[in-house]
Amino acid sequence: MDVLDLTRLQFAVVTIYHYFFVPLSISLAATAAGLQIAWLRTKREDYLHLTKLVGKLLIVTFAVGVVTGLVQEFQFGLGWSAFAKFYGDVFGPTLAIEGMLAFFLEATFLALWYFGWDRLPRAIHTACIMIVAAGTLLSAFIILAANSFMQNPVAYALDPVTGRARLTSFTDLMLNKVNLAAFPHTMAGAIMVGGALLLAIGVWRLAADPAYRVLARLGAWLTLSGGALTALTGDHLGKVITEVQPMKMAAAEALYNSTSGAPFSVFATGAPLPEFSLQIPWLLSILAKGNPGATVEGINDLQAQYVAEYGPGSYVPMIPVAFWTFRLMIGVGMLAAAIAAYYLWRTRKARTAPHWLTRWLPLIPLLPAAANTFGWIFTETARQPWIAFGISKVADGISPGLTSSEVVASLAGFTVVYGIVAVVWLRLVRHLARQPLAPAEVAAEKPEPVPVY
Amino acid sequence: MITFWFSVVVLAWVLFFVLEGFDFGVGLLGPVLGRDDHERGAAVRTIGPFWDGNEVWLVAAIGVTFAAFPAWYSALLSGLYLPMVVLLLLLAVRGVALEFRGKGDGERYRRRADAALAVSSLGIVGVWGALLAAFAHGLAIDADGNVVGGGFDRTLGPVLTPAAGLGALAALYAALLLGATFLSLRTSGPLRRRARTLARWLGTGGAVALLVAGVSTGSGLTLVAAVLAFAAGLLARTGREALAFAATAAGVAGAVIAVFTTRGPVVLHSTLDPAWALTRDSAAATPQALELITWAGLLILPGVLAYQAYSYWVFRRRVASERVPS
Ligand code: HDD
Ligand code: HEM
Ligand code: HEM
Repeated sequence: MDVLDLTRLQFAVVTIYHYFFVPLSISLAATAAGLQIAWLRTKREDYLHLTKLVGKLLIVTFAVGVVTGLVQEFQFGLGWSAFAKFYGDVFGPTLAIEGMLAFFLEATFLALWYFGWDRLPRAIHTACIMIVAAGTLLSAFIILAANSFMQNPVAYALDPVTGRARLTSFTDLMLNKVNLAAFPHTMAGAIMVGGALLLAIGVWRLAADPAYRVLARLGAWLTLSGGALTALTGDHLGKVITEVQPMKMAAAEALYNSTSGAPFSVFATGAPLPEFSLQIPWLLSILAKGNPGATVEGINDLQAQYVAEYGPGSYVPMIPVAFWTFRLMIGVGMLAAAIAAYYLWRTRKARTAPHWLTRWLPLIPLLPAAANTFGWIFTETARQPWIAFGISKVADGISPGLTSSEVVASLAGFTVVYGIVAVVWLRLVRHLARQPLAPAEVAAEKPEPVPVY
Repeated sequence: MITFWFSVVVLAWVLFFVLEGFDFGVGLLGPVLGRDDHERGAAVRTIGPFWDGNEVWLVAAIGVTFAAFPAWYSALLSGLYLPMVVLLLLLAVRGVALEFRGKGDGERYRRRADAALAVSSLGIVGVWGALLAAFAHGLAIDADGNVVGGGFDRTLGPVLTPAAGLGALAALYAALLLGATFLSLRTSGPLRRRARTLARWLGTGGAVALLVAGVSTGSGLTLVAAVLAFAAGLLARTGREALAFAATAAGVAGAVIAVFTTRGPVVLHSTLDPAWALTRDSAAATPQALELITWAGLLILPGVLAYQAYSYWVFRRRVASERVPS
């Protein structure tokens, strides 16, 4: 691998890792806020205990999100300094505003909430976790706007003197139509992962304490409704992407020739795909254009069109990767939603779920987490060869002077440290979930009554 | 406008180094000064609610540098690639060790977390000291602002110089003094006593060393640092813990400001040819971008300062390090 491929691989590894924890933080923060409000309204003790459990899960997850997010913030300068200089005007303010607006809010109020149970008035304390939840949504929205710029550059002008991109309107940058479609879709995906984690913990611990039933069913409902929302929002996102990056959707279907009333392949084999395929008629046209008879542009036509527009070169992304990640995202995610629905059905009205189901359910968070990862790999690899669609190529973004040995060293470092952190995190989550929900009363440590300074 | 944003960048760095400086110091000292599990836990609890908010000042410093001076951001990070990666890895270990410590079970687990915390804090402080020295010294940048060279030496070289070693030592000293004065301010019981003693010794001993260094190099700044260190030691002795901490913090702030302003308008010196240096003007973003972040900064930052102050106020009580008989 050359230095470019290594740097891309490093970006992918580090970002996917960050995105393993981020959706959990987003949904756990919202769940903790919801549970706390439910406790305040109903005064049910089990809601309070669940709030505290979710709070602990949130804080260990958040910590990993924070330290890996810091890496993200540096990455554009480390490996992609040419890109950072070229788009500094667009990306810099976006990241700076995200930091100032969202990260301070999340970090400070999460600490106030977590450590402030008996120091803050109830209302202020509840407001703290609501602010954290709002902060996570805000940071997701702003960073997705940065990503949407790469998918569909808007609100910029190329400076005639320096040749660099210059931001023309921050509002337009935020309201990029790709962002407006991708934000709800990613948030729905986040609800699924968080829900699946709660479902897993609830089912795993049900035998020890019946209060976990609330958690399991809540998690199942979140997984199911998140699944429905990902499908709805994903359908819309697909239409927007077909409009701005028709090549991406053509690659996702391995559709070589423009076709009207195009079918959707559930499965395909063959070297360049598809030789044999199992097809649902008209579905692709519906997904892409919302009309069963619509014409979907094919790879060959688009390639010819791009050569005419941007000059010679290949504008075709890796077709098997695009094809399979797109299907796996949908398939694995919908499978998780279906399992959650089945669990809800089997446990309706105080019934209990069959043994084989409760035995395997603790693994369910892997499904939506995998769906998220497939979704991102699809989104980012099928954008190739562009780093920002239509204006600059990936190869032009890398830091000049960077050598393969440097990237190999850093990639190894990230792999080792991130691997250890993941293992410790997993064991900690297991440990936290294993604690009794209602803690035995311990004598609270009273600080020495020293004068306050 | 460019000068204004340069000041904001420096302010963010100063806040980061002062606030995280005591976090690193506590991370280093807690496991050393805390004689048992309970005391070590107390040390970690003094920074528990704050470290994350403090670390966001690093996000802000980097973010604002990216926004206001994209060329500077690019040159610093790509030119110091390997040390920066090491720093990020150490920061990851530190943050996770801090946050995971109290959630797991068993003393052995916590001892490991404490060890990870102390070692990573030590590493972070050393790398930052070396990096600040490299910032002040400049990098081998060419006319396009790219660092030239090959192999590991390209980006590791600048932090493996004697000056960088001195920077690392100075940073270690500053972090220890910050940590000791902070712990004595924020705890009660044996931890407080020990931290105070350490601050006293560090303050006076450091002042002597700085005095010798200042006189032999004729550096006025070092002499000022010696006075501040001496004051911190004296104040710690007389039990004026808040003032002792403030004196140390002032010293750190001054040192950071000195690093960023030694070369006047040059933000990154080129060791190859002074004409290739990055200046505030040549590295700055376009006026439109500066205007945008000015508005955002004016609207957002006062609120940030207010709610961070509120959080320090909420958690103002000392953390007890003595055992409460139960
Ligand atoms: C649990 C997760 C999950 C599930 C079940 C789905 N997705 Fe998804 N999808 C994501 C998680 C995700 C994601 C990881 O969040 C992505 C990556 C980038 C983005 O904006 O969202 C994504 C991207 C993404 C894109 C590409 C966007 C781009 O290139 O910018 C499309 C067209 C869809 N999705 C469409 C769908 C459809 C039609 C689904 C039907 C059920 C679906 N997704 C289920
Ligand atoms: C939100 C802001 C994001 C930005 C600004 C961003 C930017 C980038 C950049 C600059 C690259 C390297 C150039 C390239 O290969 O195209 C890249 C590659 C990649 N990113 Fe993203 N990314 C973002 C989010 C994500 C997320 C959340 C994920 C996954 C969870 C992700 C997955 C990937 C992958 C898999 C690649 C490698 C693609 C390839 O090289 O073929 N990205 N991204
Ligand atoms: C590649 C670009 C990205 C950068 C530069 C970035 C940067 C960061 C940073 C610095 C933090 C730590 C904040 C703190 O100290 O409190 C963080 C956490 C976070 N990021 Fe990212 N991030 C990126 C990708 C993403 C994406 C794609 C999303 C969401 C869709 C996201 C959502 C979040 C959220 C919600 C948090 C706070 C919760 C947590 O820490 O887990 N980030 N990010």
